[in-house]
Amino acid sequence: MAHAATHDDHHHDDHHGAPSNFFVRWCMSTNHKDIGTLYLVFSLLMFFIGGSFAMVIRAELFKPGMQLVQPYFFNEMTTMHALVMIFGAVMPAFVGLGNWMIPLMIGAPDMALPRMNNLSFWILPFAFALLLSTLFLPGGGPAGGWTMYPPLSLQGDSVAYVVFAVHLMGISSIMGAINIIATILNMRAPGMDLLKMPVFVWSWLITAFLLIAVMPVLAGAVTMLLTDKYFGTSFFNAAGGGDPVLFQHIFWFFGHPEVYIMILPAFGLVSEIIPTFARKPIFGYKAMVFAIASIAFLSFIVWAHHMFAVGLPLGGEIFFMYATMLIAVPTGVKVFNWVSTMWGGSMTFETPMLFAIAFVILFTIGGFSGLMLALAPADFQYHDTYFVVAHFHYVLVTGAIFAIIAGTYYWLPKWTGHMYSETWGKIHFWNSVIWVNVLFFPQHFLGLAGMPRRIPDYNVAFANFNMISSIGGFLFGASQLIFLGVIIHAVWFSKKKAPDRVWEGAKGLEWTVPSPAPYHTFDVPPVIHDDELAHGHLDD
Amino acid sequence: MTSGGIRPGSIKRAVAAIALIALTMFGGVALANPQPGQLNMTRGASTWSPEAYFLNNVAFGVCVVIGILVFGAMFIAMFRFRKSRGAVAEKWSHNTTLEIVWTTIPVIILIVLAYLATGGLRTFADTTGSEMTVKVTGYQWKWRYDYVDYKGKAIEKVGFMSRLDRESDDTRQLNSGLDPNAVKVGDENTYLLNVDKPLVVPVGTKIRFVITAGDVIHSWWVPALGWKMDAIPGIVNAAWTNITEPGVYRGQCAELCGQDHGFMPIVVKALPKPEFEKWLAEQEAAANPPPAQPAAPAPASTAAAPKTADVDAPVSQGHQG
Repeated sequence: MAHAATHDDHHHDDHHGAPSNFFVRWCMSTNHKDIGTLYLVFSLLMFFIGGSFAMVIRAELFKPGMQLVQPYFFNEMTTMHALVMIFGAVMPAFVGLGNWMIPLMIGAPDMALPRMNNLSFWILPFAFALLLSTLFLPGGGPAGGWTMYPPLSLQGDSVAYVVFAVHLMGISSIMGAINIIATILNMRAPGMDLLKMPVFVWSWLITAFLLIAVMPVLAGAVTMLLTDKYFGTSFFNAAGGGDPVLFQHIFWFFGHPEVYIMILPAFGLVSEIIPTFARKPIFGYKAMVFAIASIAFLSFIVWAHHMFAVGLPLGGEIFFMYATMLIAVPTGVKVFNWVSTMWGGSMTFETPMLFAIAFVILFTIGGFSGLMLALAPADFQYHDTYFVVAHFHYVLVTGAIFAIIAGTYYWLPKWTGHMYSETWGKIHFWNSVIWVNVLFFPQHFLGLAGMPRRIPDYNVAFANFNMISSIGGFLFGASQLIFLGVIIHAVWFSKKKAPDRVWEGAKGLEWTVPSPAPYHTFDVPPVIHDDELAHGHLDD
Repeated sequence: MTSGGIRPGSIKRAVAAIALIALTMFGGVALANPQPGQLNMTRGASTWSPEAYFLNNVAFGVCVVIGILVFGAMFIAMFRFRKSRGAVAEKWSHNTTLEIVWTTIPVIILIVLAYLATGGLRTFADTTGSEMTVKVTGYQWKWRYDYVDYKGKAIEKVGFMSRLDRESDDTRQLNSGLDPNAVKVGDENTYLLNVDKPLVVPVGTKIRFVITAGDVIHSWWVPALGWKMDAIPGIVNAAWTNITEPGVYRGQCAELCGQDHGFMPIVVKALPKPEFEKWLAEQEAAANPPPAQPAAPAPASTAAAPKTADVDAPVSQGHQG
């Protein structure tokens, strides 16, 4: 608050405010805050599009018998739901949060590569226009699952569209990751040592390296699909000397780190929010950073646990099982540290904290089912059932998405300068947390009882839990409209001004700038006071 | 309680205790096929399937105990350390002893789980000593079963397609107006879980399955046998089972294989050995008529199937090696 830098910003504002022309401001922006906003708005839009696909799925599965859609369209829905949610909603949301907050958290005036920042965002709408357009084309959208396993995925008519869209998303992600690494490594304010950075910044630094490592692998895999389909190659075609399982190895070498790309920044967010509302420094800061790095490393050597049923050799099954189980150790450390941060604190339960606590509990439940899935002999039963569906929705919806929502509530006053409605935030929270469990918890039972995933219809033995799950799904989906309402209210209608330090216990540089954050911040690097950092003194 | 010895036996006892507490979780275990309201995995009906079931229960028990401790601590913290109750935040942010303890204890638990799981993997990988071989081939959207050998004797030309039964197929059409609840065999609802011709196998026999596919990847899964194995074109996977109880065991394709992925169930009918041998003899006689007659055309489904030459000879273990 009392920084010279902020006064300086104020002075500069007169000269370098946001452009008044809408097109110039939003389409040609090189400002990290505007681009962050674009990412977040795009991600919210994709969240609702992907969510509407999920509503189709749950509606068809409401009761046994086919009532609404043809099986092929059902498969298009499951495939598109996953692609849109992963690449359109979760990943851009984290990039948006990173864009907005990383420069503010490390005392940088902007991202290191502002023009590339613009490009990496504006590729995305084109990528998703391509992907979503396939639903309206003859032959329909991709229906072979988001994992695109050949030979099935090659039977579709939309291979070229999907491959090109994935290429574009990959380019966007790689550029975003390069930008984040360059920013964090080069643009920190003097005194912001690496081990003084907020955990969120650390989590994004590590995530960015994961992105750079694995997005090219995905690009390679889908390019081979493209040439197998249209150019007569046989990478994955057994009749031509290829191997369908090769694709799975390549895909999951991308796919497992991808899972952590979607959860590590969530760890970072929660590690910011819990100390703020517990009014106590994060427990074990270095252990938290080291745990994130360990999880990132392990993510490269566990990919075949997605493939326990493809007929791996015994040694392979054993290696990937052991390596996967190891992930439980650093993940456990993180959960224990969050609980210890709360222990001895002075807690209040505003909406961001509620979502962060729900994250810790429900993500841990997803972690438990993950541990069960790691045990290969049991996985022979779980694999490709609703147990897996329940597992990854616990880690992605109540994990990644709850963290994104928590982060949004946490920083919304900083972005808009207005407080959101706490009452409606809490209504949103309680609806979300109740219905998401009604939605996904019964799916554990369905999987254990023997219901495969990706089926449009089922035996009547699965009817009761599917109906409960669908009801939870509809209400969880509807609850997210409250979220939309809260955001719209906070941006345009809220009268309640947000102070600079929005939360009593908030620490870190982002709370030293005014609310709303001016168009340009930290033109002059801030002076770092260790007391002002979220994790307290490292030498304690 | 179990701290005295981390042996499979003591864990089994612990699991039994949990089972008593949460009886409902285990209500469906005696029945191999999906039951309404079923909450836990089936114990299955083969010699190996209890491995998966046991591991599932142990892992679940471990998760419940850890969950109670962690969530319990969280809820205590949320109750005790509220600002509205006048809690004042403490300053500490480290406790090396605690951190070592909660890194070490999970490692020990994981070692126990890994030990148990490795045993199950090793027995599953061992397909030697089988008395019977069945070749399973996945197609869009049906299964083909070819009987390769039984008790060391090659079986000639016994093989058939197995696809969704007519009643389920009519009912599952979009807006068919037919009630899935009405698709029954006896008292059992068999909607989408019944086929025109089941795989017939003997009980008390180690049966090796060699599994492949003709078009895209499928996965052959009967929960009562305790495992699934992908059926992949160009690759022959091996797995085995030894069914302990006669009965009809139902499963489904478990790998997305196109529009009718949900409509290619698997039915395994396990018969006592004498009955199976009688059935097999009938099949062989029908498939191999006396030479005097002109060679009868094979059933259409058999004729349409791709060559099966690659399993007529003893099959290599494919990726299982």
